[in-house]
Amino acid sequence: MEKTDVTLLIGGEAGQGLVTLGQLLAKSLVHAGYSILVTQSYQSRIRGGHNTFAIRVSTEAVVAPRESVDLLIAMNAETVTLHKAEVADGGLIVADEAHGTETDGCLVVPYQQLGETRFANVVALGVVSVLLGLDQPLVARSLDDFFGKKDHEMAEKNRQILTTAFDWCDQQTVAFEKLPPVAKPIQRMVMNGNEAIAMGALSAGVKFCSFYPMTPATSIALNLAAQAGRMGLVVEQAEDEIAAINMAIGASFAGVPSIVPTSGGGFALMTEGVSLAGMSETPVLIVVAQRPGPATGLPTRTEQADLEFVLHSGHGEFPRAIFSPGTVEECFWLARKSLEVAAKFQGPVFLLTDQFLADSSRAVTPFDIDNLEPIDPGIETDASSLPYSRYAITPSGVSPRLLPGMTKHLVVAGGDEHPVDGHLTEDLSIREVMVEKRMRKEQGIIAEVVPPEAQGDERPDLLLVTWGSSKGSVLEAADQLRNETTRVGTLHFSQVWPLVPDHFLQRFQDAGKVVCVEGNAFGQLARLIRRETGFAVHSRVLRYDGLPITPEYIIRELGD
Amino acid sequence: MVTIEDYGKYETAWCPGCGNFSILDAVKRGLVTSELEPHQVLFVSGIGQAAKAPHYLNTNVFNGLHGRALPVASGAKLANPNLKVIVESGDGCNYGEGGNHFLAAIRRNIDLTLIVHDNQIYGLTKGQASPTSEEGLITKAQPEGVASAPFNPIAVAVAMQASFVARGFSGMIDHLAGLLKEAMAHEGFALIDVLQPCVSFNKVNTFAWYKKRCYTLPDEYDPTDWRSAMQTAMEWGDKIPLGIIYRNQRTTFEKRFSVLQQGPLIGRDTDFGELKKILEKFA
Repeated sequence: MEKTDVTLLIGGEAGQGLVTLGQLLAKSLVHAGYSILVTQSYQSRIRGGHNTFAIRVSTEAVVAPRESVDLLIAMNAETVTLHKAEVADGGLIVADEAHGTETDGCLVVPYQQLGETRFANVVALGVVSVLLGLDQPLVARSLDDFFGKKDHEMAEKNRQILTTAFDWCDQQTVAFEKLPPVAKPIQRMVMNGNEAIAMGALSAGVKFCSFYPMTPATSIALNLAAQAGRMGLVVEQAEDEIAAINMAIGASFAGVPSIVPTSGGGFALMTEGVSLAGMSETPVLIVVAQRPGPATGLPTRTEQADLEFVLHSGHGEFPRAIFSPGTVEECFWLARKSLEVAAKFQGPVFLLTDQFLADSSRAVTPFDIDNLEPIDPGIETDASSLPYSRYAITPSGVSPRLLPGMTKHLVVAGGDEHPVDGHLTEDLSIREVMVEKRMRKEQGIIAEVVPPEAQGDERPDLLLVTWGSSKGSVLEAADQLRNETTRVGTLHFSQVWPLVPDHFLQRFQDAGKVVCVEGNAFGQLARLIRRETGFAVHSRVLRYDGLPITPEYIIRELGD
Repeated sequence: MVTIEDYGKYETAWCPGCGNFSILDAVKRGLVTSELEPHQVLFVSGIGQAAKAPHYLNTNVFNGLHGRALPVASGAKLANPNLKVIVESGDGCNYGEGGNHFLAAIRRNIDLTLIVHDNQIYGLTKGQASPTSEEGLITKAQPEGVASAPFNPIAVAVAMQASFVARGFSGMIDHLAGLLKEAMAHEGFALIDVLQPCVSFNKVNTFAWYKKRCYTLPDEYDPTDWRSAMQTAMEWGDKIPLGIIYRNQRTTFEKRFSVLQQGPLIGRDTDFGELKKILEKFA
């Protein structure tokens, strides 16, 4: 049988250009029509350490990472030692002859002979491309796109080395089956979760981003900053996270959709600001890209352990919505949706992603942006009743919003309890009215909740429940577990708050066994579901070692 | 014609005799002489007795968190540079809780006016030391006297070459109103530290204490001379200088954003043609 699904893992030190190699391969594979899914694992350092860039590539759609490796591209000796055991039967190790690896199941590449050390990643690109069956012109084009504009001499040098590597590898007899070609490649993009969040936010009309750098959230701000001039937005690196959220609140109060990307520790500093957004009823989107905590934890790894934190962040009570995209596409659409919900219900909204999804490049069908519009910022141009009151009492709890300086009417807002005019009050009867006004907005938010996505068998024997980035692995595990005697269903929450039991409880009750799969140690979604519905899931598959949940992991854990 | 009445008259929560009343009067006069209409102005404040001041003005107000007025104001200014944004809050709010934002705002030279009510004590929380309290000041929280040296906001601002640094006194309303007018007209970050007594909690730095020490800088004083400004900034004790201590013409923060040169961000279209081109890069 033809091998249509290959996982390759590139390993080496930071500074060896392995991300560039990985990205070039990813792009070439997608141009050739394959589906891909990237998993990046790196250490918190600029040089050295052990980093990996894995690509699962297939002629069919890929939704999850794989643990076993078919092609191990070792840029140093350590990679062979560390990952040899992961190499599947029929797999191949591509190593440098300088590392003196044994020849069994190993393609030894004379890197020194094929190019100078600093071009080792281009040599590897050529070799791996031949092994996978990629056409040289296609790979050369990816290389040109990457280096071409920067430096013509460099581009030429890269092309030469690529040719040398292709020629060398074509002469080798290697027991590794090439991927079957894709007959009619459809055009797709290579995009990761953070890029998709940035693009989704731009499409929604985001005009302000304030942030303090923190892995794995930083690239959202960097992607926005790169387009700030063209798309007309201001991106400001604030002095700290507290400033970042308060700036976004100020910008939003003045009238522009605003986004604040951060990660757990930085978000911890922002929580008073979250509460201010709730009280002042100012729209703001906070993207929390999760990594393992507590404290600094594992800065460059992945986890889904900030659900409870985000849900309860900010003192006092106010409505909120929390989205948790499961795919790169969902990152784009939910970034838009979350900005829309923030604007419509005037308060803080969250997008929970994580390092795995943030850095996971995938083949993505281009978004149909021809039919898109920016979100409605929910701003009136004149007062519907006078005197204008920022916090007018309405049945929906949403008060008509004017902007300061844009009309003759004055806008008074803030974090103290206030009567309708926004000024200070200590009148306790007003307090009650205002709490209820704010709380009424939750009904509107609930009416717009994205229901969890059900796939697989109805009334299953086994129902796998998950949220956020674990989606693909759960889907794939379900496919593998399904057989003639076992019906398996899945349920993925791309919005984890508010929970609407009507959307899922019946499905839980109809299932034989309900298992919640999530990347944390407490089983946070399972706890939340129990709190909100009384339903206790029967079992949990949890992962908290810093790595993404894989289909193999789920199946192993279920077997135990 | 803008009048004092346009800015309203409100009942306040302040103690009788508080320096805040005079500062509020001077602020109104500064606004009126600057010919700013209430809807053109946004006041942003934090928390403290001083931070309540904008609530006693008929204008746009955002009253945020303790220490965080400057970031909110900066965000609002970047979103809509046409707004005249004024931050008004106390010494604790700006120099203590919000110290990092104070430094960052000076570095940015964002076009904001920062009015700091500086009474060298925490009034709202009933009499603890503030960042500007003098060493040795005895309070219920510092029964052995304040152990830290006082923060000198003027010296810090001058050292960082803030583009407008001034000191006023609530007991000299005309002078203060004049400073406020100059600060509001200044393009860039303008700090006015306003000395004021706290009649309830600061029994050392009283009205008489300030009155005896404050003097206005002579006409021949050159606020563009940074070295002499540094010296003036360090003057404190028997004689306290009032006036514009330092000023320069640094480029404002907003001018450095090319997108802001085409006007405010508010209401700006999202260019889907451009977005399409950006997305094509991912193909």
